[in-house]
Amino acid sequence: MTVTEIRSEFPILSSKVYSRPLVYLDNAASSQRPLSVVRKLDEMSLEANANIHRAVHALSARATDEFEAARDAVRKALNAEFREEIIFTSGATASVNLLAFSFGEAFVGEGDEIIVSRAEHHSNIVPWQLLCQRKKASLKVLEIDENGELFVESLEKLISQKTKIIAISQISNVLGCVNPLREIVETAHKYGIPVLVDGAQGFVHLQTDVQELGCDFYVFSGHKIFAATGTGVLYGKKEWLDKLPPYMGGGEMIATVSFDGTTFAALPHKFEAGTQNFNAVPTLIPALELRNVCLSDPLLLQNMEEMKAYVLDALLSDPRITLYGVPRRTMDKIPLFSFTVKGVHHEDLALIMDKMGIALRSGQMCAEPLMDYFGVSGMLRASFAPYNTMDEARYFIESLDKAIKMLI
Amino acid sequence: MSLEETKQEIIDSFSMYDEWLDKYEYLIELGKNLEAYPEDKKTDEHLIKGCQSRVWLDAEIRDGKLWFAADSDAIITKGIISLLISVYSGRTPAEISADDFSFIEAIGLKENLSPTRANGLVSMISTIRQIAGQYE
Repeated sequence: MTVTEIRSEFPILSSKVYSRPLVYLDNAASSQRPLSVVRKLDEMSLEANANIHRAVHALSARATDEFEAARDAVRKALNAEFREEIIFTSGATASVNLLAFSFGEAFVGEGDEIIVSRAEHHSNIVPWQLLCQRKKASLKVLEIDENGELFVESLEKLISQKTKIIAISQISNVLGCVNPLREIVETAHKYGIPVLVDGAQGFVHLQTDVQELGCDFYVFSGHKIFAATGTGVLYGKKEWLDKLPPYMGGGEMIATVSFDGTTFAALPHKFEAGTQNFNAVPTLIPALELRNVCLSDPLLLQNMEEMKAYVLDALLSDPRITLYGVPRRTMDKIPLFSFTVKGVHHEDLALIMDKMGIALRSGQMCAEPLMDYFGVSGMLRASFAPYNTMDEARYFIESLDKAIKMLI
Repeated sequence: MSLEETKQEIIDSFSMYDEWLDKYEYLIELGKNLEAYPEDKKTDEHLIKGCQSRVWLDAEIRDGKLWFAADSDAIITKGIISLLISVYSGRTPAEISADDFSFIEAIGLKENLSPTRANGLVSMISTIRQIAGQYE
């Protein structure tokens, strides 16, 4: 598939902002939506709108089939062993919160420890902090070096008999470095500690096989992989999920209810209380199909590599710019670039470049501990997707230069 | 120049530029040319809350008129606060309190700022009003 072909799937990419062509480089925050996903959402709303798993009527049956087909599609994409290991949530944040609560109830007590990394998104820090407050447990931090790479070798020293779980991102949303998860999982499992992988940024960029990776839990958000918003996944190994109590109580998650006590439904429904996002979840099917094309099509992969090499070189060779997240091996970097410019406020740059038609992210990017580590109040981030073009990458670099000159 | 004349002058200079990029260039110039703000007044009590970037505002009253000084670590924000204080410095508290600040809307500034900046703009305006209220 050529870049032109994939772009034609995303009508919004041909739109204009301030009468200039839109250059969308905020893909790490949310990817754009292809026609296949828009059509699926329409189809579900117009032809199959009914609550799932409940009624016997035809609409409900169709909605249920589509919803469950999405579970199969996710299972396949993650290569999970069982379909009931796939829990639908509203997004990666909801998935981490679910796990932090349920895992915490079952396994975390006073004095226990949880390990996260310095480079986590707030969504993979705060739910664990809340758990620590509830249980009087404490959070330990796996640090990074100045390149933005994890000090994996110090993980073993952080682990103690009190360590209950390790929560780490596949790729940081600020640094864009691929974390050595195999090594982390291996070390953790040596001590019998489960690992949660936050795949919010990783899943769209990397083929991910949870069995090969060996992680115990994995989360991602649908809207970052082309699906509709309000869709998310928590994968958990069956042996773990079976041991965890429910997070929310309500419809669908019960087996029997009486005032003497309630028994819970089997996986995955135990964790899917209340009305599910049954219109949106089926959009994961076309979204995952497109993700698969993006991760396997040689032309699209080559385009991503070219954009990455070009932008990386341009940013690194500009003395005005500091780039954060520069791994020793370029292959460990995804085309996601967070940087600051000496003497220029990130918000000013974002505002000027917005007027040039370029959508960037600016600020703390939900990673304050990381901002503190680098001693900055915020950064500017450009994150590329397979539908971005080399022309856009060049326009971004030229515009950045112009914007800096305007501001200095 | 009266308050109304000053505001009209700003509306006129903004309307000279068709493109928002040029309007921002103008704001950047205003920011760069803003009179230096005393370092010792870069304190929390002078900080305007609700802005993404840091904005400090100081006011003093002389001969019944308010005089403002301001600074920001972001240049466009500095341009915006510069614009505001160029309009409202040297006015009486009563004049400021009676003003509806609608010239901001007339130049289309608010809707062309990012949401966080627009919140900051609202905070700047309400701080200036609040100060005027205190001296009235």
